[in-house]
Amino acid sequence: MNGAALRRTPLHERHAELGAKLVSFAGWEMPVSYEGIREEHMAVRTHAGMFDVSHMGEVEVEGPDALAFLQRVLSNDVAAIEVGGAQYSCLCDEGGGVLDDLIAYRLGGDRCLIVTNCANHEADLAWLGRWSRGFDVAVRDVADRYAMLAVQGPHAPQIVARALDVELPPRMRVAAARIGGRPALVCGTGYTGEDGVELLIDPEVTAAVWAELLDAGVVPCGLGARETLRLEACFHLHGNDLGPERNPVEAGLGWCCAEATGFVGAEAIAKARAEGPAERLAPLRIEGAGIPRQGNPVLVGDGEVGMVTSGTFSPSLEVGIGMAYLRADLAEPGTEVEIDVRGKRRAARIASKPLYRSPSHYRKER
Amino acid sequence: MPDASYPEELLYHAEHDWARIEGEQATLGITWYAQDSLGEVVFYDPPEVGAAIVKDSAYAEIESVKAASEVIAPLSGETIEVNEALADAPERINEDPYGEGWLVKVKLDDPAEAEALLAAVDYRKLLEGD
Repeated sequence: MNGAALRRTPLHERHAELGAKLVSFAGWEMPVSYEGIREEHMAVRTHAGMFDVSHMGEVEVEGPDALAFLQRVLSNDVAAIEVGGAQYSCLCDEGGGVLDDLIAYRLGGDRCLIVTNCANHEADLAWLGRWSRGFDVAVRDVADRYAMLAVQGPHAPQIVARALDVELPPRMRVAAARIGGRPALVCGTGYTGEDGVELLIDPEVTAAVWAELLDAGVVPCGLGARETLRLEACFHLHGNDLGPERNPVEAGLGWCCAEATGFVGAEAIAKARAEGPAERLAPLRIEGAGIPRQGNPVLVGDGEVGMVTSGTFSPSLEVGIGMAYLRADLAEPGTEVEIDVRGKRRAARIASKPLYRSPSHYRKER
Repeated sequence: MPDASYPEELLYHAEHDWARIEGEQATLGITWYAQDSLGEVVFYDPPEVGAAIVKDSAYAEIESVKAASEVIAPLSGETIEVNEALADAPERINEDPYGEGWLVKVKLDDPAEAEALLAAVDYRKLLEGD
């Protein structure tokens, strides 16, 4: 393994001290697990876990035209975000293909922060720069300004509030705070299907914040558990379940596309919506043995009807789960299919979203 | 999970498999390093009893949460027994890779094949070179 060129987060030494297994992920050296994926997964489902997601990118958009510009490039209705609000969106190309999926946080009247997938960060920046021409707006790469910790689980909010002495925003809101004596953002968002927060903090105080949370009983979790958790919750992973060759309607993300705003790609997406997609992304569960993996064909009889885009073993359900693009008429809960797992046919059934629903996730108040 | 260990009485294959040879039979499994690299094993797909397995070729599959991995045969032979207990408790491959986590027992085609396998000390050297 050639680790020389990999980027490291401010917590790299902490991960090594904890005995984490480190892997290369989109140019970064990241922890995949500490004690074990299952244990970490269950800690998030039943208690509180924390993920170093400092590899995520941040882009600040500021200026009199900040909202108008984001309305032009993001699929959702950006004008509907209040100051202190957060909103999920797709960044689409002219053909409606999904370049990235991201959350936009409105920090002020004319200032927003978007959090990008690390593998897409540079391309997103170039795309945003290109489309910002003609708008009175500054698009800044602020990825180096923030480290990011996701603290997730039913007990995460109370532990974070107490250990870091911060007030937490409601879900899908963002609050300015001081963490470790430095300005920070506390976001009521996550990628696990559990209650919790994502903290955007000063890289210099990240190790101290990590130590505080560790002392408060939060379990360190790696990218392995992040993957099993997000897949149980049926959250998309760009590069697996989303990409430039897929539009949001096929991906089940039509709900975050407001074509009336005239965003880049809106016309193609309106057409896809009107015509109805030939294929749709659907969650599935294996019935019995076998674990679906990315790239496995989906079969009905002898015909190939789709392809698995994400697959894993679900620690909560103790069964193989996945998501697949398949013929739209088959993408309905209850449909029986087979997955060709490296030459063995495994019976599976199309399920409804999410594959696992946390009892705490939809709690409105803290 | 137990600490790293590579028992002296076993022979090793560079693909991270071990063999315990008893006369014309051998018990096969994966090494501590292999189970540690895979992480928590959640599924073991064994060969059928009677199936021929061939040295240096895949004969079974082990899946952890994060990945599927083929198991490479350190020796050739006929499968005479598979570890049925792993169907309900695949985690034994992690907990006891050289004991309760054994994978198959084979009747060897050619006991002389064992000469190509590594002693524990040499397998350890191979791991350190990784």
